[in-house]
Amino acid sequence: MRSPEHVELVRNNPDLPPVAVIDRRPMTPGKKLVFAVIAVVAAIAWALIAILRGESVNAAYFVVAAIGTYIVAYRFYARLIEYKVVRPRDDRATPAEEHENGRDFAPTDRRVLFGHHFAAIAGAGPLVGPVLAAQMGYLPGTLWIIIGGVLAGAVQDYLVLWLSTRRRGRSLGQMIRDEMGRIGGAAGLIGVFVIMIIILAVLALVVVNALAESPWGVFSVGMTIPIALFMGVYLRYLRPGRVSEVSVIGVVLLVLAIVAGGWVAGTAWGAEMFTLEPVTVAWLIVGYGFLASVLPVWLLLAPRDYLSTFMKVGTIILLAVGVLVAQPAVQAPALSSFAIEGNGPAFAGSLFPFLFITIACGALSGFHALISSGTSPKLVEKESQLKLIGYGGMLTESFVAIMALVTAISIDQHLYFTLNAPASLTGGEPASAADYVNGLGLAGQPATGAEIQAAADSVGEESIVSRTGGAPTLAFGMAQILGSFLGGSAMTAFWYHFAIMFEALFILTTVDAGTRVARFMLSDTLGNLGGPLRRFRDPSWRVGAWICSVVVCGLWGAILLMGVTDPLGGINSLFPLFGIANQLLAAMALALVTVVVVKKGYLKWAWIPAIPLVWDLAVTMTASYQKIFSPEPTLGFWANHNAFREARDAGETSFGTAADPAAMDAVIRNTFLQGTLSIVFALLVLTVALVALWVCVKAIRAGGLPTSEEPDSQSATFAPAGLVSTDAEREVAAQWTAYYEENPDKLRAGTHA
Amino acid sequence: MSAFSAQAAGPTADGGGVLAVVRRGWRALAWYVTGVLGESDYQRYVAHLRRVHPDAVVPTVREYWRERYAEQDANPGARCC
Repeated sequence: MRSPEHVELVRNNPDLPPVAVIDRRPMTPGKKLVFAVIAVVAAIAWALIAILRGESVNAAYFVVAAIGTYIVAYRFYARLIEYKVVRPRDDRATPAEEHENGRDFAPTDRRVLFGHHFAAIAGAGPLVGPVLAAQMGYLPGTLWIIIGGVLAGAVQDYLVLWLSTRRRGRSLGQMIRDEMGRIGGAAGLIGVFVIMIIILAVLALVVVNALAESPWGVFSVGMTIPIALFMGVYLRYLRPGRVSEVSVIGVVLLVLAIVAGGWVAGTAWGAEMFTLEPVTVAWLIVGYGFLASVLPVWLLLAPRDYLSTFMKVGTIILLAVGVLVAQPAVQAPALSSFAIEGNGPAFAGSLFPFLFITIACGALSGFHALISSGTSPKLVEKESQLKLIGYGGMLTESFVAIMALVTAISIDQHLYFTLNAPASLTGGEPASAADYVNGLGLAGQPATGAEIQAAADSVGEESIVSRTGGAPTLAFGMAQILGSFLGGSAMTAFWYHFAIMFEALFILTTVDAGTRVARFMLSDTLGNLGGPLRRFRDPSWRVGAWICSVVVCGLWGAILLMGVTDPLGGINSLFPLFGIANQLLAAMALALVTVVVVKKGYLKWAWIPAIPLVWDLAVTMTASYQKIFSPEPTLGFWANHNAFREARDAGETSFGTAADPAAMDAVIRNTFLQGTLSIVFALLVLTVALVALWVCVKAIRAGGLPTSEEPDSQSATFAPAGLVSTDAEREVAAQWTAYYEENPDKLRAGTHA
Repeated sequence: MSAFSAQAAGPTADGGGVLAVVRRGWRALAWYVTGVLGESDYQRYVAHLRRVHPDAVVPTVREYWRERYAEQDANPGARCC
């Protein structure tokens, strides 16, 4: 066959076609031109975003700047990482090929795996964080989502995926222990568990804030449970294995549930039955988490996951199309005063570090390291595909975050702050909220109470005042964007509840899966203590499963209830803790990657994981420091704690945002717990970082150290690397097709171009 | 085996004409959706069994999914935020 210059074909077995194509061809002038044009267009879009002010900034510029940057980064930076750090060897069998069992180890087509991986990493995080960060204006959020995605998040995802693929798909905690020893490993394990608990609590809090006092939302989201049960029974007893069929039925039922929610909320009995207090919703979600943890997977969890995947992809496409078609004008300023003064109502703290904490998912999310280690490495066909799955998957999530940001900044600024300021500031009523937001000195026409009420009516809600948490804001923005070209004002309420529904669906899927994972982590840890506790290791021991489920739900449920009853508004104090937790997990993952890169002797390229690591440590440690030591009560947990304690000791019966002694006690309790958690998180990550540093120094002195990488095993299959096959890859794939036609007994899944 | 290769081998070419294009597009979509949702995992498993363990008993769809969910019960996977 024709083998052009700079293209090397690698064979492991002379009787088989090549297993790898090493393509070192320089870029053709045509391709260079295309990338130059993309780069110039993206640069122009960036310039427009940075220079233009006011309503002349069009949302489409954000889309162009983001996509252009992603393409250039993927083509050049990801390739640099590939050449210098990952050094994929396609003549090496991946775990999927080597340990293929047709189940958890199974070579999967790269395009399918991309979808699979994306569905696992993307959730409500990239939708909620950017919405809250919009209080600082659009420029900082846009910069961080795109640059952070390219230089930090995608690097982390790609490299963790690489580590796990070279280690038979081991989990993050296990890899930290293998590479950094027992102390680092123990800190990593505890860190993962605690962080998981806080993430579950904060995500559940977002759902509570979206559903409380909203009969429409409660009804339609509540209906997802019987729908999932029906799907589970259908798949088990009626038509086993018909996953896409039952998912389509489920989605249709879901849409019906949204429509029916409008009718139910319109009736007197419906409004009475489904208008729930926040505390009630919180208890219901805790109960749901417990049920999901102890019920068999087929009945509730698996069907919900199918629904969630379907809705996720569908809604993200819908939102992208919506932004491009409607091209809403940007209402937010480039940089608001809250960014500099750090006194924003949605969350406290100034731009550095709190913007980078609030937008975690979408720019850098440690949670992805848990997903990237484990499932996807057991499915990937070739090491060269890791770039598409890991780096490409994260860029896609970053794009989702940009969409969410665009949606939030195209909402009228007065309405945005009406939605996102806690009730202690807005007073909870349209008229008082109007007074509050008019006093903020925002651009645009001042708001009136009647306008705020009209906005609530337009989306079929009782009130939009102080609906914090990000989900209602995103839903409101989405409803406006989609309503502007799909169905007009008559459909706005439907789109609002559609958006609420899918956000709640994502979050509840994360909550139920996360509760289960945390339950298993707990029972494994208890089991490993030995003695009579050894029984906890048996996953079929129901009593153990129940005990661990109660403990896990109790832990996140307690934090959730604390947030719900917090007089300061739970999101305001808990969301930063969530971001810090998520990014501390990222710090652990990046420390692991840096250690391995140094151990392998690639010291010259250690800056690739070290840049995001150092940045992330700077951000999270500054944030933790401020949360622990700041004398400002709105920012520092302990300052607030002490202020309330002194007030109580002085015999006062109301203080600050707390109207009575019970509320004061609640603040004292909550700030104590939040402050303690901040200290624990910071200590755990410092431990991991110091151990990492120590191992790195040892490795540099020794001129490299062995890693826990699995030994090579020869590949006997071929698959293209990128989304689209190159000509050289197509020729090799054709050779394999011909080979399989001659030897049909050798055919294996997923090996075609 | 033939059903397996039609489903798992990715979008394949057949003929011209609008109808053929639509059919091809539909097949590609079905291949992709069933792949991402895991519906085609059963075929993949059966193909694997036939190739590597030709003597093994091939489970029915029902049995396969029962076992698979039992496995998921014991080894939960996390979903991201």
